[in-house]
Amino acid sequence: MSHFGTYEERIKDFTWSLSERELDYKPDEVINIGWYCSDRICRMGKADKTALIWEGTGGESRKYTYNDVRLASNTIGAFLRSLGIKPGDRVCLFLDRIPELYLGFVGILKTGAIAQPLFSAFGEESLHVRLDDARTRAIITQRKHVGKVRRILDQMPYLEHIIVVDHDGKKELREREVAFSLATVTPVEELDIHPTRAESPSVLHYTSGTTGRPKGVQHVHYSLISQYLTAKWVLDLREDDIYWCTADPGWVTGTSYGIVAPFALGATQCVQDIGFSADNWYRFIERHRITVWYSAPTAIRSLMKAGDAVVRKYDLSSLRHLASVGEPLNAEAVQWSLRVFGMPFHDTYWQTETGSILITNFPGMKVKPGSMGRPFPGITATVLDMKTHEPITESGRIGLIAFQPDWPAMMRGYWNNEETYKKKFVNGWYLSGDRSSIDSDGYFWFAGRDDDIINTAGHLVSPFEVESALLEHRAVAESAVVAKPDEVNMEVVKAFVTLKSGFEPSTDLELEIMNFIRKKLSPLAMPQEIEYVPTLPKTRSGKIMRRLLRAKEWGEEIGDTSTLEDE
Amino acid sequence: MDEMAQVVLDYVKNEYLEDEDEEIDVDTPLISGGIVDSFSMVSLKRFLENKYNISIPDAKATPEAFDSVTRIVAVVREFIK
Repeated sequence: MSHFGTYEERIKDFTWSLSERELDYKPDEVINIGWYCSDRICRMGKADKTALIWEGTGGESRKYTYNDVRLASNTIGAFLRSLGIKPGDRVCLFLDRIPELYLGFVGILKTGAIAQPLFSAFGEESLHVRLDDARTRAIITQRKHVGKVRRILDQMPYLEHIIVVDHDGKKELREREVAFSLATVTPVEELDIHPTRAESPSVLHYTSGTTGRPKGVQHVHYSLISQYLTAKWVLDLREDDIYWCTADPGWVTGTSYGIVAPFALGATQCVQDIGFSADNWYRFIERHRITVWYSAPTAIRSLMKAGDAVVRKYDLSSLRHLASVGEPLNAEAVQWSLRVFGMPFHDTYWQTETGSILITNFPGMKVKPGSMGRPFPGITATVLDMKTHEPITESGRIGLIAFQPDWPAMMRGYWNNEETYKKKFVNGWYLSGDRSSIDSDGYFWFAGRDDDIINTAGHLVSPFEVESALLEHRAVAESAVVAKPDEVNMEVVKAFVTLKSGFEPSTDLELEIMNFIRKKLSPLAMPQEIEYVPTLPKTRSGKIMRRLLRAKEWGEEIGDTSTLEDE
Repeated sequence: MDEMAQVVLDYVKNEYLEDEDEEIDVDTPLISGGIVDSFSMVSLKRFLENKYNISIPDAKATPEAFDSVTRIVAVVREFIK
């Protein structure tokens, strides 16, 4: 029997106070996620329990107990304080999936500072835009990424400290850089944990917007209440589980369910900082006897592509619950997992802004392959008419997915961007930007985005950001960026470009532009295809009509072209 | 080291290696070693196609087939006429 029980029982009289009681939290008292993720578990008598099993490349591995997590996070917190970091300061984590990322996250929160995790594959422009918006005071990084920080340092006078966690002394540190190694510093036994309250800011995650700069999504320490209970009921995490969340903490899944929830529940979690291969992944599950696995559709489709034979090479009998997040999980993937693992992947739906799972397939509940599932107890979810923004009552009709914004992990704002934040709400509903229908059993069925944002492998990419970066290339005169369908990643970035005079289309130029974007923004944002065009379709007012290009890629009707510029 | 292996190794070092102190050779795991991710593999494939005037089918450009310079060279040789 799962933690969840039955849906009907759980939604009856549900209140979030259930989670508060389990966490011994009383309203208006101190709540600090860092403490809940380490000290509390130790106080519960589990100091020696394994919290984190980590594996890197070349066979390197490390293991941490909850007491190790407590000491390491204390030590990092004390070090940050010694540098003058204060509550509310933004401290960026710009690290691969190494233990310092997980321990640093907990340590930052203990000081009352705001953790700002960023995907370590970001190029220097993506990094700069996000640090600049947050006015980040310190960045915790590693040797291999310091170069990117150095190249933009002149533009960031507010960035006072660059903390390098693996400095080997071979090269001298430069201006504002400081070495910090958990292996050599004396562990700090006691740290005065900052008495954060429910509404104290905790995490700042950046997500792409349709126009303009990426948005800094602000979360608070109270988000723990949602993250704890959703992990317990949806992921069915238990005391004796060995859990693997494959998400990178540069993105929200990697923090909400890759750090906060498993640590707050006292589970043992495994982390692999190795590139993807089906053999690597299955071997990892077999070696650590992983029981609960939270992954993403792109990874699942990549495993499907690798075939069934490789599955049979490994003993995966330890698995007992599978879940997925990031993009819609197609029915074929659910059926495949049923066939090869003997159980379905359970799709979960939520966003950077929502902080925790909102619509999901629960353990033990009938899974309708291809469906997003049903709302979590306490979540009021609906679909709204596209024009009137009134809730749609008939089943099967597509509308905008919307929520009453009243659960603990809901964002509290966009950093420096109140105007965009306000636009996310209509008639008291939070607009997710996604579309779906609801069937007669109350299951939601995803139907696509309501904007131009590209969802590639579960990560959102702003076409505007890529278009702007393309214009900085010496050969590009104009650009338009759209999603192109992709068998594995669901969508990938495709760019249409016109060239400046003096440049001719060629495959070498295409590769040059691709690499230019990859280094400037990130591999995710790199166009997988570039099409040279003589002109781009525009409205009479000169606005590029992305939707025409997108429709062409997806084989859809072009629709109304009455505003198209006359040739 | 043969010429093609050297060309591919140099390209990987220049384009994908973030840590300038990291040493790699023709057998260093590239994809499973986290040096080249699945998205960047597309640009690596495009480089090989441009450089050697070949077309590598997507089915042959798997993470396993691109996991080291040695393996990449074997894939490229398969398609050079």
